[in-house]
Amino acid sequence: MWKFIKPRPGNLRAWQLGLLVAIFVLWHVLTAPGLVRPFLFDNDRQAAFFFGEPLKIFGRVWAWFVTGADIYHHLWITLQETVLAFGIGTAMGLGCGLWLALSPMAAAICEPYIKALNSMPRVILAPIFAVWFGLGVASKVALGITLVFFIVFFNVYQGVKEVSPVVLANARMLGASRRQLLRHVYLPSATSWVFSSLHTSVGLAFVGAVVGEYLGSAEGVGYLILQAEGSFDINTVMAGILVLTAFALLLDAAVGWGERRLMKWQPKSGETEKL
Amino acid sequence: MDSALRFDGVSCTFISRDDPGQRYTAVRDVSLTVGAGEFVSVVGPTGCGKSTLLNMAAGLLTPSSGTVSVFGQPLAGLNAKAGYMFQAESLMPWRTALGNVMAGLEFRGAADAKAQAGDWLRRVGLGGFGDRYPHQLSGGMRKRVSLAQTLALDPDIILMDEPFSALDIQTRQLMENEVLALWAAKKKAVLFITHDLDEAIAMSDRVVCLSAGPGSHPIGEFRIDLERPRDVAEVRATPRFVELHQAIWSVLRDEVVKGYQQQLAA
Repeated sequence: MWKFIKPRPGNLRAWQLGLLVAIFVLWHVLTAPGLVRPFLFDNDRQAAFFFGEPLKIFGRVWAWFVTGADIYHHLWITLQETVLAFGIGTAMGLGCGLWLALSPMAAAICEPYIKALNSMPRVILAPIFAVWFGLGVASKVALGITLVFFIVFFNVYQGVKEVSPVVLANARMLGASRRQLLRHVYLPSATSWVFSSLHTSVGLAFVGAVVGEYLGSAEGVGYLILQAEGSFDINTVMAGILVLTAFALLLDAAVGWGERRLMKWQPKSGETEKL
Repeated sequence: MDSALRFDGVSCTFISRDDPGQRYTAVRDVSLTVGAGEFVSVVGPTGCGKSTLLNMAAGLLTPSSGTVSVFGQPLAGLNAKAGYMFQAESLMPWRTALGNVMAGLEFRGAADAKAQAGDWLRRVGLGGFGDRYPHQLSGGMRKRVSLAQTLALDPDIILMDEPFSALDIQTRQLMENEVLALWAAKKKAVLFITHDLDEAIAMSDRVVCLSAGPGSHPIGEFRIDLERPRDVAEVRATPRFVELHQAIWSVLRDEVVKGYQQQLAA
């Protein structure tokens, strides 16, 4: 019997799924009122109050997506904020990184300020952005940008600094102008560094959007969670967290897909040299 | 013969960036001429500043003193008449083989860059490999792409820095013959750097020996009067080749030993 279900590459997915189911079953058994004798709390309702009940959580998710179908608007808002913060932050990081890496004097002047801005806990800027840009989409995008910008910036800066001097000299000997060097050597070299940071930065853009919504807004998934928390509706809070997690996984997969499409010139580890 | 490339009393001193008191003179007082259409090799012990010489010819380095002139004009900035084949990997890893060969033509705005590059790839025997990325090619294939990349621009002067030193002996001989055939068809001035005396004699019209560094300078010059066209493998067996080899080696031997001992002492 064990021979067939023993973990191996072939049934990896089944094991992963099994683990997920096991966690939810354990969660259900420990929280459903009256199923097991309460050993931590005073009565059998308290576990459900603090941790929620999986069945009710799924019911909530079902209502959001199917019967009520009212989450799409909020998801759309959160997605908009994430994508805008990610796009603008990446473009700004790319521009500033290229500029500072190619003009050492400007980099030397700006260095202490960049360090200071980067080490500042940027989430505290959220209230200020809310005052500046209002409670709509703009303030969340601004928060996301501050998170994404530095990751991309430092990676581009490093990428440009590490361009192979031989490749650079070769491109110059082939007659590349300064603009062509930027377009054909520095940018592609920096792109490979940017992509390695993109998984982190898309996650942070998402964090910026949700945290921004949570701190003050009238729509978005963060707002839903905030509302539910205000009425101690732990099941809805948990459902919101589940939806956000699934959504973050989808965003990450989208980045992975883009990476595979654009970075096919990079040798994959383990790929042998083909003749 | 007109000179394509000419060094006049050229010296190059490097100053350490961290400690300006530390100086290293790589080459001192080098005078050397490469005629138009002439194939000149420079041989010398390891670390004698051969690459420095080539970088100055390319305009990537400015000499500390003396002048480099290209077809009679003093060189300022990059040498636009020269193509440079580097010793290390110089292909852009994000471009395909065809894209790499195209690069120079594209930078110069040639309209039929793609067709020309395709021709050159076929000429170096890689017609079917245009869509491969450098990491998908073998070392010898990458060198051939580099060669096509350099020659596609049809430079009047070709600078080659130990281009085949990383290849195995068989591939190397194939490549040497290919280069000779391409050179014979176009008759460009070639300055070829190598540490391999056999290679230098088999390919060149003239071999220049450099002394050991620091401050290396030419210590001997030999005209190679072997028949052309040559096959690099066959020419090695001819008596004249052996004679020339012995003559050049007798000049070079002491310098090689000196260079090696300096490296051991360092």
